[in-house]
Amino acid sequence: MQFTEEHDLFRRTVRDFVEREINPYADEWERQGIFPAHELFPKLGALGVLGLEYDPAYGGQGADHLYTVIYGEEMGRCTTGGVAMAVSVQTDMATPALARFGSHELKERYLAPAIRGDMVAAIAVTEPDAGSDVAGLRTRAVRDGDEWVINGTKLYITNGTQADWLCLLARTSDEGGYRGMSQIVVPTDTPGFAVSRKLDKLGQRSSDTAELSFVDMRVPVANTIGEIGQGFQQQMAQFQNERLIASYMATGQMVVAIERTIDYLKQRQAFGRPLLDNQYLAFSMAEVLAEVELLRHYNYACADAIVSGADPITVTKMASIAKLKAGRLNRVVADTCIQFHGGIGYMEETWTARFFRDSRLLSIGGGTDEVMLRILTGLEGWGKL
Amino acid sequence: MNIVVCVKQIPDPAEPGALDPNTKTLKRDGKLILDESDSYGVEMALQLADAAGGGEVTLVSMAPNSETSGLRTALAMGAAKSVLVSDPALSGTDALGTAKILAAAIKRVEGADLILTATESSDGYTGTVPEQIAELLGLPSITFAKSIAIDGGTVKVQRQTEAGYDECEAPLPAVVSVTAGVVEPRYPSFKGIMAAKSKPVDEVDCAALGIDPGSVGWAGGGQEIVTVEAAPAREAGEVVEDDGTGFEKIVAFLDNLKVI
Repeated sequence: MQFTEEHDLFRRTVRDFVEREINPYADEWERQGIFPAHELFPKLGALGVLGLEYDPAYGGQGADHLYTVIYGEEMGRCTTGGVAMAVSVQTDMATPALARFGSHELKERYLAPAIRGDMVAAIAVTEPDAGSDVAGLRTRAVRDGDEWVINGTKLYITNGTQADWLCLLARTSDEGGYRGMSQIVVPTDTPGFAVSRKLDKLGQRSSDTAELSFVDMRVPVANTIGEIGQGFQQQMAQFQNERLIASYMATGQMVVAIERTIDYLKQRQAFGRPLLDNQYLAFSMAEVLAEVELLRHYNYACADAIVSGADPITVTKMASIAKLKAGRLNRVVADTCIQFHGGIGYMEETWTARFFRDSRLLSIGGGTDEVMLRILTGLEGWGKL
Repeated sequence: MNIVVCVKQIPDPAEPGALDPNTKTLKRDGKLILDESDSYGVEMALQLADAAGGGEVTLVSMAPNSETSGLRTALAMGAAKSVLVSDPALSGTDALGTAKILAAAIKRVEGADLILTATESSDGYTGTVPEQIAELLGLPSITFAKSIAIDGGTVKVQRQTEAGYDECEAPLPAVVSVTAGVVEPRYPSFKGIMAAKSKPVDEVDCAALGIDPGSVGWAGGGQEIVTVEAAPAREAGEVVEDDGTGFEKIVAFLDNLKVI
């Protein structure tokens, strides 16, 4: 895979933006439990970051997928994981299905403002009784003429208190299981929509996460993304974007974490020498660096597959592997960094504490490690689990 | 309103720099980036051209190995075109030689109303090139601008001083150096980066500028770096134990430095 001079310039733009527009405010946003999405997103939109691969007809950049890799790696350098996650919800979790399957009118109304950053989007799939088992979701949209009447609850929704619209997955027929679901664009100013509660999380604290409720909420049937009844399949495709961007971001996070830990180990003296002069510590850091490099190059292989138009099964397999390994490696790196910082690493004032908390999500959100393993065993045809 | 901005492409300060042991100067053979000091001049020029309702911003730069990475950044910000002087004979050029080259390159830009520079580069810090360019071009020079306004044929500048600022003006064309941090340089957007690909870079050598190679580079240098020594290690700071009167000691310390 070859990065061009333009790719390098774009990397610098995102890196500088993260350093100047996000990281100086990280502590404040962490304390507040929310960041100002409606202030930050238009700035990212102006740089083209929110619609990299989308159709220029809707304000997208028509860029190749390598720009998404770069954007992910550089957003991973945010010192508060919550903001990186929230931005990636906008770019790679709530909008890909709309861009891929949505009608022209729907894209003009909701995708274009999301690309500009004027509207904040959220993806609403998980429910109190249906997380990993997406087929078990209960939120129902019943057709009444030209409208859906929606009732139900969604849980753990990133951007939930700030979103202007949701990409909602709901049951639209009684077929049960994977059948009869549809993706619907739901504006949050619709009567019957409520944020039931803002959730308190272990990490990603700068990002607002909410439980949402829908009571007799009426939304035009024209807000359906793609085909009625194809929601599950469309969502499964959308999950691949989510898993890949998560892995791209994780490598950015881990590279910074290793750099910062090495700086500390060089500077911190114990037993009359810098900590890094201890072979055990240096080798351990070299070991995690090697793992991160492997993941980074696997990410590039995933990107190559996307660029070369690989089939959906191949992409699903590669995205699942990347996400699985990124989640697990992130936990190892965070644990190593905090361990080698010692006592000060356990203090909230040190970046390692936040990274340790933030890193834990990757093995859970966007499909747990166990779901990734289930997908892989299924794709390999290893029995009926 | 046509504005020329002198920009320097320097080794990335985020990477560890190294001195060439033979020449005792900074190694510049790797990839170079736009000197952050110059991003303020570029931004100021783009704002002035916008305010004037038109005109072009042209970059002028001197760099080894036909390097354009830093220029592309400024072109992606919105500059229209650039002149790049690159010639092996320029290796080792000192501040006055640089000014000669840049002045000659500026002359290639037709109809320049204003020439902006940084106050000094981030890797050389001589801080003398802007005034030398003005002298060589026979133009008025105003330094340390914190804001610039164009009023007809006059440039009006608020010139940063220790106490505040001076209000200065000069007839156009003029050379003005821009203080770092006085404007917020825009980030090159994706669209800007793509557009920069096709913006013209007029690459020239000494011959094209009509400059005798013997008058620049090591050959024409009026100065020589005789020796380089490592900076002395920083001495330990003074620790003030607060016994309830700590603030008095701090005030006395600052007073002694004449900063309050």
